[in-house]
Amino acid sequence: MAVKTTYDFDMMLSNAREAFGEELYKMAKEGKEFVFTYSDNVAPSSSAGKLLREFPERCFNFGIAEPNQVGASAGLALSGCIVFSQVFGPFLPLRAADQVHTDIAYNDVNVRLIGTHSGVTAGGGPTHNDIADLALYRAIPNLTVVVPADADQCCKFIRQSMEFSGPMIIRIDRAGSSNVYVDDYDLEIGKAIETLEGTDGYIISCGSNLYECLMAAKALKNENGLSIGVLDMHTIKPLDTEAIIRVGKKTGNVVTVEDHSINGGLGGAVAETLCEASYKGNFKRIGMPDEFAVLGTPDEIYHYYGMDRTGIAAELRKMLGKE
Amino acid sequence: MIEKKLTTIPELENKCADIRSNLLNFIYRIGMGHLGGELSMVEMAVALYYKYLNYDVMNPCKEGRDRFILSKGHCSETLYTIFSDLGAYTQDYMVENFECLNNYKFGMHSNRKKCDQIEVSAGSLGHGLPVSVGYAMGARFRNENYRVICMIGDGEFNEGTNWEALMSAGHYQLNNLVCILDKNQLQMTGKTCDIMNIDPVDDKVRAFGWNVIDVEDGNDMSQVCAALDQLPERDCQKHAKPTFIISNTIKGKGVSFMEGNHKWHGGGIGEADLAIALADVSKMRKV
Repeated sequence: MAVKTTYDFDMMLSNAREAFGEELYKMAKEGKEFVFTYSDNVAPSSSAGKLLREFPERCFNFGIAEPNQVGASAGLALSGCIVFSQVFGPFLPLRAADQVHTDIAYNDVNVRLIGTHSGVTAGGGPTHNDIADLALYRAIPNLTVVVPADADQCCKFIRQSMEFSGPMIIRIDRAGSSNVYVDDYDLEIGKAIETLEGTDGYIISCGSNLYECLMAAKALKNENGLSIGVLDMHTIKPLDTEAIIRVGKKTGNVVTVEDHSINGGLGGAVAETLCEASYKGNFKRIGMPDEFAVLGTPDEIYHYYGMDRTGIAAELRKMLGKE
Repeated sequence: MIEKKLTTIPELENKCADIRSNLLNFIYRIGMGHLGGELSMVEMAVALYYKYLNYDVMNPCKEGRDRFILSKGHCSETLYTIFSDLGAYTQDYMVENFECLNNYKFGMHSNRKKCDQIEVSAGSLGHGLPVSVGYAMGARFRNENYRVICMIGDGEFNEGTNWEALMSAGHYQLNNLVCILDKNQLQMTGKTCDIMNIDPVDDKVRAFGWNVIDVEDGNDMSQVCAALDQLPERDCQKHAKPTFIISNTIKGKGVSFMEGNHKWHGGGIGEADLAIALADVSKMRKV
């Protein structure tokens, strides 16, 4: 049963980067015990500022030194704290990869790393693009990796993580994105959500790209009479392989969409899953190709690489012979 | 608290000879180790575990215990040997469970998830001090008074993360944090001063806001104890300089053919060499 989404509406803006700080602040006001570590270059540009002002004793600025921040976060967790640690997206996996691997995952500690400005949403060109993180995280044991589709889902993950044992990475983008979910719903780590049921094909996506996938499905329904389902694969690790195999075998047409390199991310994970399940249908990965991205706003870049609703719909039309 | 607490210098010196002997036998039996750095750190490790740490190997998760973090994790066999001597395991048990496929507690690089006495998993260098910074901050936040003592190697000090950690510990004035530099002046392929010179390390560390204690001979128990006697009281709420101990040691200390020879950085030891080495370290006993 699909969860009701806003795919019939347009542009209800939400912003996970704003929301997560607000949620942490609310939890602190409620008396929940956690500490917050951050890099100088990100916290002021999120709503974590409120937490910093009212609960300074539990907030630790590590300046611009991501490896030390991530290592010290592991130490704070070993001392018994639940740690939320905000790091500028691209510098978490690339600069602090060894610390994520060794200090957080190998030590198996209760740190929730929040990678903001993910994918190409930061702007500023390839040095500030975060398109290799999922490939790295997928290869590191013990990590749970979630990519919320909207602000509300991000807050659900933040809250759930207080009761979660072990390291977690929450990957969120910079820009405001459209709110996906209307009704309340159960969010379970590792369990994909079928936001839209389909009989002709499925799009599997995560993060703020999910909204564009829903809009593409809407266009395909209206313009071509195609029934395209959309899976919210909010948890990249552990992956809901059962859902992937089910929708693959149901329709024989699967497209993945992600703001990440097509190498090693969600698309790679889905491809591996389908291949091992002897899937014989059509399959296409949509995401950043194997190149340093062009410069532009996220919307411009998404359009350039066919990651917006137009590009996604075009790919499915091609796959289903409706060009 | 440990039951076998030692107080006098001769007692501690004899214990060092015992640990060196047990360590050599252990590495002979498992066929791998890092004897050079393992032998250089013995005095400091023995002084800590037998006298200065508030720590009980038989109750390794006890609240309020001091935390010792061995950042130069390739020297973990020294710790295992001490844990064994303090009654946590027998040497036979350590040999049986050393890097065996299905049930390994003891590895060349220590794993906290396998061995209860290990506070932080180690292996990759330059990790211990940043984690120790967080640990010390956590003690302050949770208002628990314990020391966080991190030992790093001088070769390891090349890693930039140490300098990030020094900066943050000085900034946050972590009174309960202690870093011990096991400065044996050799790393895997030669002299640290030739490979990547870290000196003048005392001036550099002071500049980051640390109090520095220089131990001229880190293999002299009297000097080691004199340095550890200077550590500030366990007061996690006090904002004061963290303490950096430069322990000048000799790689391979106690074994004639290993001392100052970087080729004993890693590897096992054969039967003939073992016999000479055991004879050498037996001469270090005071009684």
